Amino acid sequence: MDKLLAYIARTQIWKSIIRHGYPDTPRNRTLAVLSNVLLHLHPVKVRRSGIKLSYTWCMGGLTFFLFLIETITGLLLMFYYRPTAELAYQDIFALREHVPIGVMREVHRWAAHLMVISVWLHMYRVFLTGSYKPPREFNWNVGVILLVLTLLLSFTGYLLPWDQLAIWAITVGTNMARATPFIGHEGPGAALLQFGGLQFVHAGDDVRFGLLAGRFVGEGALLRFYVLHCLGFPLIAATLMAVHFWRVRKDGGISGPL
Amino acid sequence: MPQFIKDLIDAISAPIPYTVLTTALLAGVIIFRKWVSKPSVFVAFSVVGVLGFIGAFPDPNFKQIITKPDNIPIVILIATVVFFTWLFLRRAVINDERIKKGQPSLEGEMAKKKVFTWPDLVYSELICMLLFMAALMVWSLLIQAPIEEPASMARTPNPSKAPWYFLGLQELLVYFDPWIAGVLLPSFIIVGLCAIPYLDTNPKGNGYYTFEERPFAVSFFMVGFILLWVSLVIMGTFLRGPNWSFFGPFEYWDHNKLEPMVSINLSEYFWIKALGQHLPQNPLIREAPGFAFMGFWFLMLPPIMGKWVFKKLALDMGAIRYAVFAHLFLWTALVPLKMVMRWTIDLKYIIGIPEWFLNV
Ligand code: HEM
Repeated sequence: MDKLLAYIARTQIWKSIIRHGYPDTPRNRTLAVLSNVLLHLHPVKVRRSGIKLSYTWCMGGLTFFLFLIETITGLLLMFYYRPTAELAYQDIFALREHVPIGVMREVHRWAAHLMVISVWLHMYRVFLTGSYKPPREFNWNVGVILLVLTLLLSFTGYLLPWDQLAIWAITVGTNMARATPFIGHEGPGAALLQFGGLQFVHAGDDVRFGLLAGRFVGEGALLRFYVLHCLGFPLIAATLMAVHFWRVRKDGGISGPL
Repeated sequence: MPQFIKDLIDAISAPIPYTVLTTALLAGVIIFRKWVSKPSVFVAFSVVGVLGFIGAFPDPNFKQIITKPDNIPIVILIATVVFFTWLFLRRAVINDERIKKGQPSLEGEMAKKKVFTWPDLVYSELICMLLFMAALMVWSLLIQAPIEEPASMARTPNPSKAPWYFLGLQELLVYFDPWIAGVLLPSFIIVGLCAIPYLDTNPKGNGYYTFEERPFAVSFFMVGFILLWVSLVIMGTFLRGPNWSFFGPFEYWDHNKLEPMVSINLSEYFWIKALGQHLPQNPLIREAPGFAFMGFWFLMLPPIMGKWVFKKLALDMGAIRYAVFAHLFLWTALVPLKMVMRWTIDLKYIIGIPEWFLNV
């Protein structure tokens, strides 16, 4: 067995992939981190304080991990789901009825809830360790946008099962947009935007209409939420996460006493 | 669990005692942090909490609301927020003591040493991921994701609730119109969060846990996060039933329960009750008391506070930072103020101009 492993490690194929020996010496440990694109997110050496669970609570890492789980399970769910008013509910229901021990939908939903919690707790810990202070002000702001994106991802996903729970939760949520000042038809100031009795902002063109592609949560809204949920928001979030991690390193790694 | 305890818990979870008690609890925890942060105290309270939870479980109403699949996250939220707040206090109390003695903080002690990412960090990450994945799989196998009746615009469920993380904002609809609870306040939360690094000019407490070096910042954030966000989410999820009426955790969600609502506007207090007149026709004159109050709140109070309670803060921050901070602070403070006025004097609107959808 040992011989076999040693042989594999000597083949050209293996060497073309992994260019260092087993990471048990400082040199190989350094190379292990530097030559792997994922591990390369980390510096070669870290301060002991920065990796203690009691310091970071592991909440940022957990959020990222949950995001990866969501991406994988979401991709699988997309194979079975068609975002139209006739089919959406049927497809989700079929997942439960026809797939033996199917858990993808469960994992996707529970991980989504957990991601909302872990991102809140991550923000809480970053605040409590004062890690938003210079030089990390900008990264805190990237984080705030990621927080909003996490909520938007969850919110757009909530509609997709197309059951009573979904459409009414989204109805309640998006009803707020009606009341946006000036650009919602029941918002303060909207009535002022008129010319000779012609109302510019009304239920058929206000910000809620733009959001839902209609006056109520219907097929248009389903498609919009689907596209944003599966493509739009994940792309923006992934890009910003790259920025976020890059900045963690550029700002001197996980914060610690100066 | 005996009935009288259930009745007691139902009674104290009504909005007024609930808010008063959670506020008192947070204040108590912060003030007596030295005692609270002892592991034995924490364990004792946790045991009481868990036993109470288990004892309450057989109650059908309690069980129904707690075990609704989409409500399980809130139970996790409560447990984690309590635990991590405690962990923060524990580390902060230890660090504050060390700093007083001139020693480096716990983090400072450990930061002296650097370790290799491989294996120290990589392995703990791997273990965390595996444990977590296992827990998630167990949860997913045990509890099915909910699916209700097919969507229908014709039948409105009662209550209709937003996704759970927005229920704090939905709860605020009791006290504010949608344009404030659903548009302005969320916007201010986002803007306010973004502004934090630029408003907090205190260089201390960067990279380690401490309370005494930044007591105001920490307390203010905790009030915002715990009392105005998490605790309202809990309220909106567990304690609001049909018609958004209040229901205690052991109470049956009766669709016919109606809460009598008296609503009086500030303008009515001023013109009718105080001056004994009719309401003026012109809305601007009618609502003059409300405008005066708002002017006082947002224009007069910042300079007054800057000369008085926030004197030192205003000097440290400079005029622009202080002005931004004071307005965000006053918006935050307006939320509990309006809640209290709603409860004590049935106040509906400070400014109420429904003709223009301009109600505050
Ligand atoms: C999708 C959401 C997010 C992901 C995946 C994420 C991920 C991470 C990770 C992995 C770290 C390394 C340290 C740690 O684990 O605590 C980190 C650090 C950091 N995060 Fe986030 N984060 C997210 C959202 C946020 C939010 C909402 C905020 C603040 C509002 C924030 C602010 C920061 C800051 C300032 C740091 C540096 C902390 C330090 O150096 O101690 N992040 N983030």
